[in-house]
Amino acid sequence: MTAVSPGVDAVPLRDVRSSRRGDRVFSGITLLSGLVVFALLGAIAVFLVVKALPALQHDKSSFWTTKIWDPDGTGHYGVASLVYGTALSSVLALAMAVPVALGVAVYTVEYAPQRIGRLLGYVTDMLAAVPSVVYGLWGLFFLLPHLVGLQEFLNHWLGWIPLFGGAHGDVNTFSKSVFAASVILAIMILPIVAAISREVIRQVDPAQKEAALALGATRWEVLRIAVFPPSRPGIVSAVMLGLGRALGETIAVALVIGNTFDISAHVLTPGGNTIAANIANRFGEAGSLGVSALIASGLVLFVITLLVNLIARYVIYRSGVQERSAAV
Amino acid sequence: MTADLYAGRGLTSRTLPRPALAGIVVAAVAIAWVLFAVTPLQGVADFIVFATVLAVAAVTVSTLAVEGRRRAVDRLATSGALVALALTLLPLGFTLGYTIYRGAKRFSGNFLTHSMAGVGPFAPNGGVYHAIVGTLEQVLIASLIAVPLGLLVAIYVTEYGRNAFGTAIRFLIDVMTGIPSIVAGLFVLAFWIQALHHGFSGFAGSLALAILELPIVVRSAEEMIRLVPASLREASYALGVAKWKTILRIVLPTAATGITTGVMLAIARVTGETAPVLLVVGNNNFIHTNVFNGPQASLPLYVFGGAGSSSNFDVDRAWAAALTLILIVVVLYVGARLLTRRNSLARR
Amino acid sequence: MAKRIETVGLSCFYGKTKAVDDVSIAIEPKSVTAFIGPSGCGKSTFLRALNRMHEVIPGARIDGQVLLDDEDIYAPEIDAAAVRRTIGMVFQRPNPFPTMSIYDNVAAGLRLNGVRRKSDLDSAVERSLRGANLWEEVRSRLNKPGAGLSGGQQQRLCIARAIAVEPQVLLMDEPCSSLDPISTLAIEDLIFELKDRYTIVIVTHNMQQAARVSDVTAFFTLRGPGEPGYLVESDTTQKIFTNPSEKRTEDYITGRFG
Repeated sequence: MTAVSPGVDAVPLRDVRSSRRGDRVFSGITLLSGLVVFALLGAIAVFLVVKALPALQHDKSSFWTTKIWDPDGTGHYGVASLVYGTALSSVLALAMAVPVALGVAVYTVEYAPQRIGRLLGYVTDMLAAVPSVVYGLWGLFFLLPHLVGLQEFLNHWLGWIPLFGGAHGDVNTFSKSVFAASVILAIMILPIVAAISREVIRQVDPAQKEAALALGATRWEVLRIAVFPPSRPGIVSAVMLGLGRALGETIAVALVIGNTFDISAHVLTPGGNTIAANIANRFGEAGSLGVSALIASGLVLFVITLLVNLIARYVIYRSGVQERSAAV
Repeated sequence: MTADLYAGRGLTSRTLPRPALAGIVVAAVAIAWVLFAVTPLQGVADFIVFATVLAVAAVTVSTLAVEGRRRAVDRLATSGALVALALTLLPLGFTLGYTIYRGAKRFSGNFLTHSMAGVGPFAPNGGVYHAIVGTLEQVLIASLIAVPLGLLVAIYVTEYGRNAFGTAIRFLIDVMTGIPSIVAGLFVLAFWIQALHHGFSGFAGSLALAILELPIVVRSAEEMIRLVPASLREASYALGVAKWKTILRIVLPTAATGITTGVMLAIARVTGETAPVLLVVGNNNFIHTNVFNGPQASLPLYVFGGAGSSSNFDVDRAWAAALTLILIVVVLYVGARLLTRRNSLARR
Repeated sequence: MAKRIETVGLSCFYGKTKAVDDVSIAIEPKSVTAFIGPSGCGKSTFLRALNRMHEVIPGARIDGQVLLDDEDIYAPEIDAAAVRRTIGMVFQRPNPFPTMSIYDNVAAGLRLNGVRRKSDLDSAVERSLRGANLWEEVRSRLNKPGAGLSGGQQQRLCIARAIAVEPQVLLMDEPCSSLDPISTLAIEDLIFELKDRYTIVIVTHNMQQAARVSDVTAFFTLRGPGEPGYLVESDTTQKIFTNPSEKRTEDYITGRFG
């Protein structure tokens, strides 16, 4: 037999076994880390439920339909107004943010020259980097006073819509209201919806756009027939992820929402509350039942955001769009 | 016949030259200006809105008259995109600008190096040193937990986990990215503080921040590791190098720049988180360096606390603290973006 | 309906780089002209300049004139989109709109141009699909997605879509290069029928296809490595393939290079 390269012959058997052991150890460690993730999520679910139980069992009125929140006092508390406020502020925020997010995403990809588009992407992402407490502070001191004019305008011209209704005296003051919270939320979810929409639109097959151009389509028509239709699932998913973020936003909302417990259609008048803001605002003074009640409301929030995020991920998975993690 | 539809349509159509478009916009703004000077209409914001609407309408209508319907719709769409652009940049500009404006008042070296020890809400001095220390420690410990763990999970998912368990892990990580920060705080409250009977501490905050940081680290590390070309790994295996050594010596170093970027962005994200800190770290006016025992201050909580205060001094301090927080986050963010430029794997 | 298209000293640039140098050629109505030449010599770039698709790429521009029946399509008052309605294009890889049905694909251009009445659309769609030799195969599934067809059928769908708006000129950029030989033959037969009504220009890297299908053949090549492409000679297909005037043409035809 001809001589094989000495290097191969000289490898002692011990090294082969040790490298296999190394592989086993290492892969074992990584597997363990995966198990940690499992355990962590399980623990989150379990402990939230366990600590929420006292509140769920002890309340004197139904947890789901009671509007007021007084666990340490009268013992009546319920998430009705909280869930309503959470849903309303988030939906309003979406209504304001999504058209703008889509517009800026389209502009960045289709209208702007390539370099400016890239820069714009970074700048838009920077909106997501601003901490929520800073948005809250800004909302409280800058936005609230400046919103009064807009609130008056809406109340005056569109007051026949229940949403914008309300007494003039209530509307023309600096009001911590659902509307203010929605505006801040809109600004905060804008970068998320824009970033994902941007990726989705960027990944549209250029051959489709060429086909539309060759038919003599204007730039808008190319968007309408070749870009938006295949992008729809990805954009839906982006919107849902934005919704998930809006539902869970705590601090900014806590600073600009009215912290009352009513269910009202008027968003321009002072008042309103969300689950997350309520937790932030009530935690300081809560007694043991109070804390348990807050945890219970947090559990409700967790389940809602979980569902929304799952649907969003499923839609993206079905559409096959690649998501860039640094944007999320 | 359809041929009739094209009869008489030549290639030449009247077009609005660029200067005419500009002229129309200027005219619209001028008309708005006059209206605001003469009539009871007032206000800077109102003027901007009015002028914009008027300009867009004028451009669209004149395009309709001169160039036809399709071009008018196209122009309207372009105007819409531009308005969306402005509506995106304005809040960013106003937020950053106003924070700098209000924060500059109390921001100084003195502010950064002193705590609130012995300083009441209505006292004019005091600073954020204790809060900076607290936040740095909490974020550091959180990262020490989240980054190695996150890397290991990412390695498992990409290199070893081509099975149902790996898919399940990826799914769970996706779920984790959606956990609201307050829920993470509630969990640590329920688990660490209530069930295990620890008190408030910086470490409890780190636990909550780690929960938020972990999925971000995992997803960006996972993405970067996937970008490492298979040919690189294969070359290493072909030389007889064990898989674990290949990962540690070849794959990770290649992905290192990208992973660092992801980690920096994750750190920037959790530095600004208030909600979990509010629930489990407590507050402390003094410099408290023991992160494992006793309540600690933190920068975002400092801002939150000051925001609701009735004292103007507290509010001014809150603004300066907000400016500090933004500076830290922006430095991390810009640093991460600059690092991306040197990433050979990045899809740029 | 078909028009004459002529270029006068047409050069094409990508930024500062010149890709095609000073081409003057006249293409007669109701004929098929084939552009042949080695890959990378600018044939496709030149073709795209004929319907103002070249300028869509950032930084791309042209010098010279392109005359459609003596009208310069690059004149400042001309609308590029109108040019593209008049000069249609079929691409190398079939690109039907995936979210649209077969019917909607063919009707897309018509709807853009404001044709609304169902009866008008129906007759136009049928006419175009017949013209593309696809009607019999798809008439029973017009509302199925366009992407569900085979490669050759998809390309004929794209041709139907292009001719639905009744262009004066039809440009085809290597339309068969991603298709199998049977489908290629079907498309070549189609081109033969279409030339009765349209002016057709086809870029192909397949010399035999040019010889089969075209009336006039134009041979392009590079002046040298790193240099722009140019038109070597253009003449009846018969002459180019049996007795070309230029040596470079003869070398290419006989396979000495390329």
